[in-house]
This record gives sequence, structure tokens and C-alpha cells, in this order.
Amino acid sequence: MVNEDVILRFEHISKVFPGVKALDDISFDIHRGEVHVLLGENGAGKSTLIKILTGVYGADEGRILLNSQEVKPTGILESRALGIGTVFQENSLVPHLTVAENIFLSREIKNKANLIDWKKTYVECERWTKGLGVDIDPRIQVRRLSVAEQQIVEIAKILSQEPSIIILDEPTSTLSNNEINNLFNIINKLKEEKEITFIYISHRMEEIKYIGDRATVLRDGKYIGLVPDLNEANLDDIIKMIVGRTLDEKFPKRDVEVGEVLFEAKNLTVNKTIYDVSFNVRSGEVLGLAGLVGCGRTSTAKAIIGMLPKEKGKIRMEGKTVTINTPNDAIKLGIGYLPEDRKREGLLLDKPIRENITLPVLNKFKRMGLLSKAMESRTVMEYKEILSIKTPSIERKAKYLSGGNQQKVVFSKWLCAKTKLYIFDEPTRGIDVGSKSEIYRIINDLAAEGAAIIVISSELPEILGVCDRIVVMCEGRVTGEIGAGEATQEKIMKFAIGGVV
Amino acid sequence: MIWEIKTKKELAFTNKPWVSAILPLIILFVSMSIIKTDTFLTTSNIMNILRQSSTYAIMAVGMTFPIITGGIDLSQGSLLAVVAIVVGMVIRDTGNILLAVIAGLAIGVVIGTLNGVVIAFLGMPPFIMTLGTMRALRGVALLLTKGSPIDIKLESFRFMGTESLLGIPIPAYIFVLVAIAAQFILSKTSTGRFIFALGSNMEAAKISGVRTNWNRIKAYMISGICVAIASVLYISRLGSAQPIAGEGYELEAVAAAVIGGTSIVGGEGSAIGSIIGAVVVALIRNAMVLMQVSTYWQSIVIGLVIVVSVSIDIIRKRIESRRVN
Repeated sequence: MVNEDVILRFEHISKVFPGVKALDDISFDIHRGEVHVLLGENGAGKSTLIKILTGVYGADEGRILLNSQEVKPTGILESRALGIGTVFQENSLVPHLTVAENIFLSREIKNKANLIDWKKTYVECERWTKGLGVDIDPRIQVRRLSVAEQQIVEIAKILSQEPSIIILDEPTSTLSNNEINNLFNIINKLKEEKEITFIYISHRMEEIKYIGDRATVLRDGKYIGLVPDLNEANLDDIIKMIVGRTLDEKFPKRDVEVGEVLFEAKNLTVNKTIYDVSFNVRSGEVLGLAGLVGCGRTSTAKAIIGMLPKEKGKIRMEGKTVTINTPNDAIKLGIGYLPEDRKREGLLLDKPIRENITLPVLNKFKRMGLLSKAMESRTVMEYKEILSIKTPSIERKAKYLSGGNQQKVVFSKWLCAKTKLYIFDEPTRGIDVGSKSEIYRIINDLAAEGAAIIVISSELPEILGVCDRIVVMCEGRVTGEIGAGEATQEKIMKFAIGGVV
Repeated sequence: MIWEIKTKKELAFTNKPWVSAILPLIILFVSMSIIKTDTFLTTSNIMNILRQSSTYAIMAVGMTFPIITGGIDLSQGSLLAVVAIVVGMVIRDTGNILLAVIAGLAIGVVIGTLNGVVIAFLGMPPFIMTLGTMRALRGVALLLTKGSPIDIKLESFRFMGTESLLGIPIPAYIFVLVAIAAQFILSKTSTGRFIFALGSNMEAAKISGVRTNWNRIKAYMISGICVAIASVLYISRLGSAQPIAGEGYELEAVAAAVIGGTSIVGGEGSAIGSIIGAVVVALIRNAMVLMQVSTYWQSIVIGLVIVVSVSIDIIRKRIESRRVN
């Protein structure tokens, strides 16, 4: 059980950035051995608070007490020395080094001649990974591991520094359900056996209820309140605390007449990735593509738009068989793909919002053969209004927007291209609750206008809430299809693991 | 409302990558005008600077394109020699200037395309591919000439590089024209936008329908064409094509582009900036000569200027990100 022993106390923490009060008089306690969830929309101040705790920023006012001692870490190394370990959202492993090299990076185990003692390094490494209940070869290069395995290595790395507090920043956003369960077992084990305290940041309401003990809610840099027992708490109440208003419905209802078959894939096969994938989507319909991470959902999408070469298979668009060899062909046919990793594949981060939005159909913005910035701006302003992208100017670089607004920019890109088939790959990943429901509303509006939509998502509640029909994949093949009425998480999972329970 | 207009202006100004090159340009020009008014601030000296910087400036404009894609074109210097030699040989043997210029431009296009095709389709790192063509073309230059220079005495050809129009050297007109054309491509055509886009994020550009391979090839073609133009001016000005001509010029071009705010990691740059960068380098050379400083010092100063102007650029970006966050 969680006892009342305070390990970490924030006292009146304030932090001002030019123009914004990022944190305004924040005070709360974290108990030893609990999983304390930090909740809030993007920009609520969670990251700033974590950065102050890990010494990336200094607080303008207030103090942090660790075991009743005031601490002022001035950098990540110092906070590590204080026993605070951080597992970052984007993992911080070096891809070309081995598991063992990564775990002991900058803390190499040396022998008497001051050279690296490899034998001991590997033994130590296995001690930590086995302690987490997994068997990973310490000699393998990290880039050869799956995302989930990499995360376990990251946790092992943090653990080997023997911290008393571990910060987990959206640890599950790239994991499949099985992997999430495994991670939660590890967290529980560490909590019970070693009394390690966790500070847990996540946007996924379902999982925080499951894994968290208590939660602190921040909004616009202010302390909003404490959720004393997450197990007992009502989700709607928590959401209300986070967004400061009641969200009418998490998944807004849609009442759309489903039309003709607009898109059809037949026996799509990509070398060693997907096999004989067939399905169709009607106009006005939202089709879910579900399955575990790595089951071939994203590969299917990339094969459709011509990013991956198709070994065989046919694509029919509006009844006609079409050839798509490059994304350019796909765009001309009215197919747009919103990638799962918007920073790596969705945006030109160093370019203004305007240039991002007009890129797929740039040739439309020409006057006498020359690009017209005025024409671009007019159209981009329209989409800024429609999707309410929050920015002082459309000339602002994409990298300075929040996650939700960045995602809206990518949405605008495909709206602007007058897309007929939208493929949304993890459309709400890393996006706060408020923006999420806005994005669901956009998806509904698009369907209402007669577009066909494919939603790929690892979040089953999202798939269930948004889709009319669900196609489930497992190991590169379609293993099942379920209508929205009869779909449950259990049914999807059954197909996702290959049809055998 | 007022606030919004102000941010827009601020962003518009800080967005210009060549800002960092303006400062060294002004400092150099003003201080030289004060220290050496009698020799520096004369028409003939200024014209001389323009004439001397024309080769570098045009090459730097060409270099801007591969660098914006995130690449580089190291073959520029050797290509300059090959084009100069071929132009020289054609004029020597036929006396036909037009034929010579067309042959020169054709070589520029072919070599640029070759670089681009191998880089885009084979995924060869640009540094390696153009290092290869750099060495190979130098060999071609030596083979063609058997090691000895080719002289051109045809006055009607020499006119272009040596004469002036309305008191301004003809090469200066040409480099301004090239710069305007290049800046036009970069900011007013979809090719330009695509080159920036793929240099900024290749994957995202591809998913957005940009034909990344084709546009990368175009960038190297433009570099080749610019070198060919620079080369014609070069041989016309000097009247002789050496097989070792243009050695190291590719790095001068990189230096000019970088001083002019072109980002070596891609996605950012301008033709105007590269021109300013080339003029800054030429100014430094000229200043050193006028002040009778040993030529050994030239390299040291140019090296410092590269580091200083890129530092200004980095600081400019930091300020921008701080202001926005």
C-alpha cells in the first residue's frame, strides 16, 4: 500500500517565459512508492515542471524538497545524482551502440588498466534486463530492437543508475497493448519491491486509471487539483478538470449516409511485410484498421500511396483500376496520407505553416506560372479558421506549434488538396484531450462531406468510437472484419492476435 | 492587431538567412572606405572587386542549390577547368564562339545530371559522388590538355570578360542576371519550393507528393550550369585555360554560400545571400592587398569570417526560437 511518506514536495513553483506564465504558484506532494500521474493539456505546464525538476530550467520562484532537503539541480546529470531518472518520450538511446554500451554509456565499467571490462559489463547488463523479466542480448545493436524492447532497455538504463524517482513521459504512446501490459507489470513490480516512485505523464485516460495511484491536474500553468484515488475516480470529472469545461461527447456522433465503394484494395502484397491485403471503403464511411504495432497497418497505408513498392495487388478508385507508384500519383487520384510520426514524416518543421499546407498541391497557387504568396495565404488563412489552428501568424515555423496544432496543419494539408480518401495513421498520438475531440469532429465532418476515411490506431477505444467498420490485421494479413455495432475490444484483440484466444 | 503586425515584421526580417552576411559586408566596406579612401573607394577598384568576384559569385549561386537539398557539389572546381578547356579548344579550332559556349553549357548540364542521378537514384552520399567526379574531371582536364594551358587570343571572345558597359564590367552584369534568375527559381517556382521542402524533410516532402529524385537532380543540374557560365567568363577574362584552373574553387563557393546564410544541413538559403558572401570574400582579398598585408593572412581572415557569420546565424535562430516560445 501507498504510505503517506512524502518523497518530493513542490512549493510555490513559478516560472515565466517571455509572454507566458508557464507555471503559476504550483504546490503539491508526491508520496514514496506511488505512481503519481501528471495530467493536463499540451501547454498546461507539465513539461516545464519536469524540466525544472530535472534541472533543465531553473524555477523563478519556489523550491523543490527531496526527502525534506531543498534541491536545485542545474542539469540532468545533477538530477540523476539526486536519484531522479527520466525515461524520455523520444528515447535517448544511441542506435548503433549495443544494449550494454547504451546502458553503461558514460559510466563504463573499467578494469585495472582503465580499459572497458566487457565481461563484467555484459553480466551487469543482463542482471538489469533480467530484473525486468526480459531476455535481451546485451551484445545486440539497439537499432535492431523493436520500439518496445528499446524502451525496456531505456528503463533498464535508468534503473541501473538506482534512482528513487523515475519520470515516465508518455511511455506507452508507441507500444501495443501486450507491450503496455508488460510495462505496467514492470512498474508495479518496481513499486512493490523497490519502493520506487513514479511520475507518470500520459494523455490516455484509460491507462492512467489502471496504472496510477494519485494524479495532479495542471491547466494553463496553474494547479487545478488532486485526484486522490484514480481507481475510484470518475473519468468525466477528471476530463472536466483537465480542460476546464465538459466535453459534450468524447466521440461525437455521426449520422452519415454511407455511399458507393470509393476505394478498393485487392491482394496488396509487399515483400515480407504484408500479404494479400484486401478491403474497401465507401464514401462517407470511416474504416478502422486495427492490430498490434508491427502488424502491417502502416505498411498497408504506405503501399497504397506508393511509398512502399507493391509486389502484387490492385487498387481501384471510384470503380477504375489505377496505378500508384509514388505519393505524387496518389495525390493526383485524391488519396492523402497523414503519417503516424508527424515530426519525421508529416511536417517541414523549419518551414512556415503556409508552405506546409500548400505543399501537396503547390501548382494550384500559381498566377501566370509563378507562385503567388497572396493566393497561398488566402487559402491557408481559410483552413486556419476552419480548423482553428492557434497561431499568431501563418508564417510561423511549424516547429513552434503545439502537438495538436501541428496535427491540424497536417490535416489542413490534405483538406487543401481536396482529398477523397484520407488515411489517418494514429491521428491523435501525443495530442491532448481537448484537441483530440476536435480532431474526431473534423473526421466526422469529412465523412459527412462524402470523403472515405481510413483510421489506423492503436487505441482501441478510439477505433471503436470513431469507425463504422473495423478491419483487423495480424502479421501482415487481414484476420477479421467487424461492423461497428458488434465490435468490442475483446473481439478486435482476438483477431489481432491471430484469431486464437 | 498592432501586436500581430509587429510579430509578422519581426519574423519576416529574422527569416531572411542572408542577414548574417550583411554585417561583415558593411563593416568591411565602411572601415576600408575610411582607412584607404584614396585607393579603396575608387571606381576602378570597386569595378575590379566586382570583376574578380564574378566567378566565385556565380559558382556560389550554383552551389546554393545542392546545399539547400542537404547535399554539396565538390565537382565544381574541376568542372570549371574542363568547361574552360573545351570552350578554349572549340574556339581555337573553329573560332565559333556560340558553338563553344553551347558545348560548355552542355558539359555543365551533363555532369550536373550525372551527379544528381547517381545521388538521387542510387542514394549515393553527395559528398562522395561529387568527390568522385571532382577527381575524375581533374584527370579529364589534364588528359585533354596533356598538361599544358590553352590560350585564346580571339578578341571578340575576350571582350566579355575584360570590357565594361556604362562603366561597369560585363561579368558583373552576368552575375547579377544569374543571381536574379536563381533567386527567382528559388522563391517563385514550385521547383524552388520543392528543393527547399526536400532539403528540410525528405520523408515529409515525399509523402506530400514532391518528386524528390527529380528535384534533387535539378539542383545538381543548376549547379553544373552555373559553373559552365562562370567558366566561360573565367576563360574570357584570363585568356587562358589551365588544366589546374579552379582548384579549390568549390570550397570558396561553399564558403560564400555559408557566409550568405545557406544552411549546410539543408532547407535554408538564398541566391542573394551567396552573392553577398562571395562579395565579402572578394572584399577581404582586396582589402588585404591594398593594406599590403601578406597573402598568408587572407586565409586566416576568411576563415574567421566564415566562423563569425555562421555564429551570427546560429545566434539569430536562438533569438527567434526564444522570442516565439
